[in-house]
Amino acid sequence: MLNLSLKELSECLKEKKFSSVELTHFFLNRLDLHNESINAFITIDKDKSLAMAKRSDEMIKEGNQNYLTGIPIAQKDIFCAEGWKTSCGSKMLDNFIAPYDSTVINKFNAVGAVNLGKTNMDEFAMGSSNETSFYGNVKNPWDIKTVPGGSSGGSAAAVAGRLAPAATATDTGGSIRQPASLCGLTGLKPTYGLVSRYGMIAFASSLDQAGPMCHTAEDCAAMMNVMSGHDPKDSTSILREKENYLTSINDPIKGLKIGIPKEFFSDGLEPEIEKIIEQGINEYKKLGAEIVEISLPNNHLSIPVYYVIAPAEASSNLSRYDGVRYGYRTKEYDDLMEMYCKTREEGFGDEVKRRIMIGTYVLSAGYYDAYYLKAQKIRRLISEDFKKAFENCDVILGPSAPSVAFPIGDKKEDPLKMYMQDVYTISTNLAGLPGLSMPAGLMNKLPVGIQLIGNYFSEAKLLNIANIFQMNTGWHNLSPEEFK
Amino acid sequence: MEWEVVIGIETHTQLKTESKIFSGASTNFGSEPNAHACLISLAYPGVLPVLNEEAVNCAIRFGLAVDAKIAEHSIFARKNYFYPDLPKGYQISQFELPVVGEGSLSISLGDENKRIRILRAHLEEDAGKSVHGIEEGKSGIDLNRAGTPLLEIVTEPDMSSAEEAVAYAKKLHELVQWIGICDGNMQEGNFRCDVNVSVKKKGDKKLGTRREIKNLNSFKFIKQAVDYEVNWQIEKLEDGGKIKQSTILFDPDSGETREMRSKEEANDYRYFPDPDLLPLVISQEKINTIKSEMYELPSQMKLKLVKEFGLSNYDADGITSNIDVANFFRELLSFKVSAKLASNWILTNLFSRLNESNIDIKNSPLRANKLAELILRIEDKTISNNAAKKVFDEIWDQDEKVDDVIEKLGLKQISNLNEVEDILNQVLQDNEAMVEEYKSGKDKAFNALIGQVMKASKGKANPGQVSQLLKDKLTD
Amino acid sequence: MKFDNDEIKKIAHLARININEKEAIKVSEKLEGILGLIDQMTQVNTDCIEPMAHALDITQPFREDKVTEGDIREKSLKLSKETDQSLFIVPRVIE
Repeated sequence: MLNLSLKELSECLKEKKFSSVELTHFFLNRLDLHNESINAFITIDKDKSLAMAKRSDEMIKEGNQNYLTGIPIAQKDIFCAEGWKTSCGSKMLDNFIAPYDSTVINKFNAVGAVNLGKTNMDEFAMGSSNETSFYGNVKNPWDIKTVPGGSSGGSAAAVAGRLAPAATATDTGGSIRQPASLCGLTGLKPTYGLVSRYGMIAFASSLDQAGPMCHTAEDCAAMMNVMSGHDPKDSTSILREKENYLTSINDPIKGLKIGIPKEFFSDGLEPEIEKIIEQGINEYKKLGAEIVEISLPNNHLSIPVYYVIAPAEASSNLSRYDGVRYGYRTKEYDDLMEMYCKTREEGFGDEVKRRIMIGTYVLSAGYYDAYYLKAQKIRRLISEDFKKAFENCDVILGPSAPSVAFPIGDKKEDPLKMYMQDVYTISTNLAGLPGLSMPAGLMNKLPVGIQLIGNYFSEAKLLNIANIFQMNTGWHNLSPEEFK
Repeated sequence: MEWEVVIGIETHTQLKTESKIFSGASTNFGSEPNAHACLISLAYPGVLPVLNEEAVNCAIRFGLAVDAKIAEHSIFARKNYFYPDLPKGYQISQFELPVVGEGSLSISLGDENKRIRILRAHLEEDAGKSVHGIEEGKSGIDLNRAGTPLLEIVTEPDMSSAEEAVAYAKKLHELVQWIGICDGNMQEGNFRCDVNVSVKKKGDKKLGTRREIKNLNSFKFIKQAVDYEVNWQIEKLEDGGKIKQSTILFDPDSGETREMRSKEEANDYRYFPDPDLLPLVISQEKINTIKSEMYELPSQMKLKLVKEFGLSNYDADGITSNIDVANFFRELLSFKVSAKLASNWILTNLFSRLNESNIDIKNSPLRANKLAELILRIEDKTISNNAAKKVFDEIWDQDEKVDDVIEKLGLKQISNLNEVEDILNQVLQDNEAMVEEYKSGKDKAFNALIGQVMKASKGKANPGQVSQLLKDKLTD
Repeated sequence: MKFDNDEIKKIAHLARININEKEAIKVSEKLEGILGLIDQMTQVNTDCIEPMAHALDITQPFREDKVTEGDIREKSLKLSKETDQSLFIVPRVIE
């Protein structure tokens, strides 16, 4: 069961090679064995998971089987799941048992997938190394002295360590793609609005998107078939005809035009990583793709723009955490002001507080035009860059992250160094475009990912292009030794 | 020293919708605390707002009623501040681009008319309530009201006295009920006014510093508060003091205004467009549809009543004084009752009864269809006006058919000319002296003779007919 | 861009987060660094550019005016630290 793809698991369940309960037990045992060493999960509830598995087995027996029925999926602890503790990696929500299901969880429940447990993450999704979680660092199964990336570090570590066959994750500035790259996985951030944000704890509302974290593009496609779709409960959710992301996944890619942005291959990129990316490009050439040089001239501005917009929206989104109706409340206080200020001082970690402060500052009187408004304008410039680029190519290719998994503690004290982890991914979120990362090689035995960025609603194409690559290479099959 | 008063008013009207502006929770008033606090009202992690179409429709109706421009594109913005009755830590409102632009409302004081300019009106959500007195040193938060749709209507500082302020508030109060966007129940907090008051020396171009009196929910309080505040400001300035811009509350018990503690002190609301909501686009078609479904406004209806139906100005004012009276009137007309009679019966008989029992016309035990039956019997001469009054009293709160009551009380007019003539002849015979008096020039005797005929017919003769017959007979 | 203590205190107050002197200094250093990063934006000319609030050119959908949510006090009151007679209890709110 360990190395089976979602498709294979589904077929085995259909052919009754094993049941969902057995499959779930298998992964729960893996958790027992390995979770402590990598700390990928915040909440595991065997009874709940097995109860769901039992229900799924009945669904299968009744002939009511979908692709993901009976398959245990790890859920990032950012998705509200009714009756489950949903902490978002924060002390602020340590005592919060979600009173409702997010739409994403709802969709998995509806097809009979099994909730394997809630994965660890950077607090309130703010981070690129999973070192800001209230529940401790997550360790990268490839080398447990290194970080798995973030904020979806727990989901990445869980899948990389084969503690779960697949996981959900979220991406605001790269939080799916960067951990996917650092952990040798395939992760997809869909077009903004394709997956409902209802019930997904908000960090930066205009940038957040949920997506799958899997071993292969094909698995991601299966996950997307469940996760995507219009939701009337989310005003920013797109209304369009539902797609089947598996239909064209094997289509040939001859004649595909791949754009290589020259800005992605400048000084900041480590030569060894650059080499791996070039190997990837060559692989695509062999497969019949045409390589075109393109330019994203405003890409360097994506980091400052992001670090205005995201904290600004976050500072407002996190105002609801005040100890009044749910969540952490400080123990001693004499008046309301003290209750607020101590609750938020004690309930939030340092990085979250920093970002709230920055966000509050850039929105404050006198600064709105210079910062927030300016950032939204440059955001449009960045978006226009992509529009122009897509006039000359079908898909953009580049690195996912500037480094491989780095040692725990390495960048934590210097926020700016940490923020540079997202230099290749942030512009995609600002433009709202879909982006995918997949394994393309190893450097010092650690995974390196290659990123594909597509035009709006081109997920099927991205998954197809990635799948063809994976059919012709073997990087996505590699696993860290201790977790084989 | 002559002082001028400058007043601007911001009114929060709670819109008459079934559900809240951004969620499907009920807007019902008076339920147990937090019974209508849904996931979104409680601002749980991950919840998102979705816009109630009816709230937008209400805003459009208001814009049309005050001749304002309705924005094709408007934006919802977050107003960020911390307060326990504000669960998200921000209020979803509109800032730079409101849904309704500049318009105006006319008020009349005595014979004078004045046009009050409306600067804007925007949609926003209401906050919850804090309840005190549950425990010492604590407050209880009830979020039932959190998320109720509000339309905030802002005027230019065009009013120059407490009377004008009250006249505007009253006119606006009537209008929002007339167009069906607000219940206007001020005790329930449906309609709340924040009144900005400043004073300046007569002739000064520059406006004085204003103080904002918050949450006035009765016309009486508006008058009292403004009067007190104006005096207070003038006294302060005449003493050589300065007015500090601040937010104040009116205390009805003492009749005084006082500064609020902390809440509004230089609060930086950090407005920015709400990323969970998209631009609100209102098409001209939508506006046209709503316009076509709207009833005419009071001023339009009044004009029609005077010009087409020949009602007096005074009566037309009475009929258009509020939507319930207007609707009652319309209903009477739908039964083919003449406008003049309908208006008379409403404004005199019906009103007097309603006032006696202290009921609104909406709750009148005598419904329009019944009253219509009665008036039609006057119009077709079955009964006289006087007789009708008796029937009115009977059917006021009894569920009897008008014709049955007429029968029961024997009030049917005698319209058979021969019958009347017989009675008349008898009366003339029995009252020769009176006839002589008339013939010798005493006109009063004429009416006295009619009176005798009415008496003899036990009120059932038609006075008009009697008068005609008598005239004919006596000029023989 | 330098952050003095007062500035930090003001922001912290707006955000309702307690911050002591020592932390204020640490935070101000970090914030200055981030602001230095953000200031790169000022070099770009953005006259005549429309701000981009949303990725796609879509407009706000409407919801029908219907009551769809019921009484969830059984769940909601349990999640709060302090409640009484269906109310959420906080220290006295002074107006």
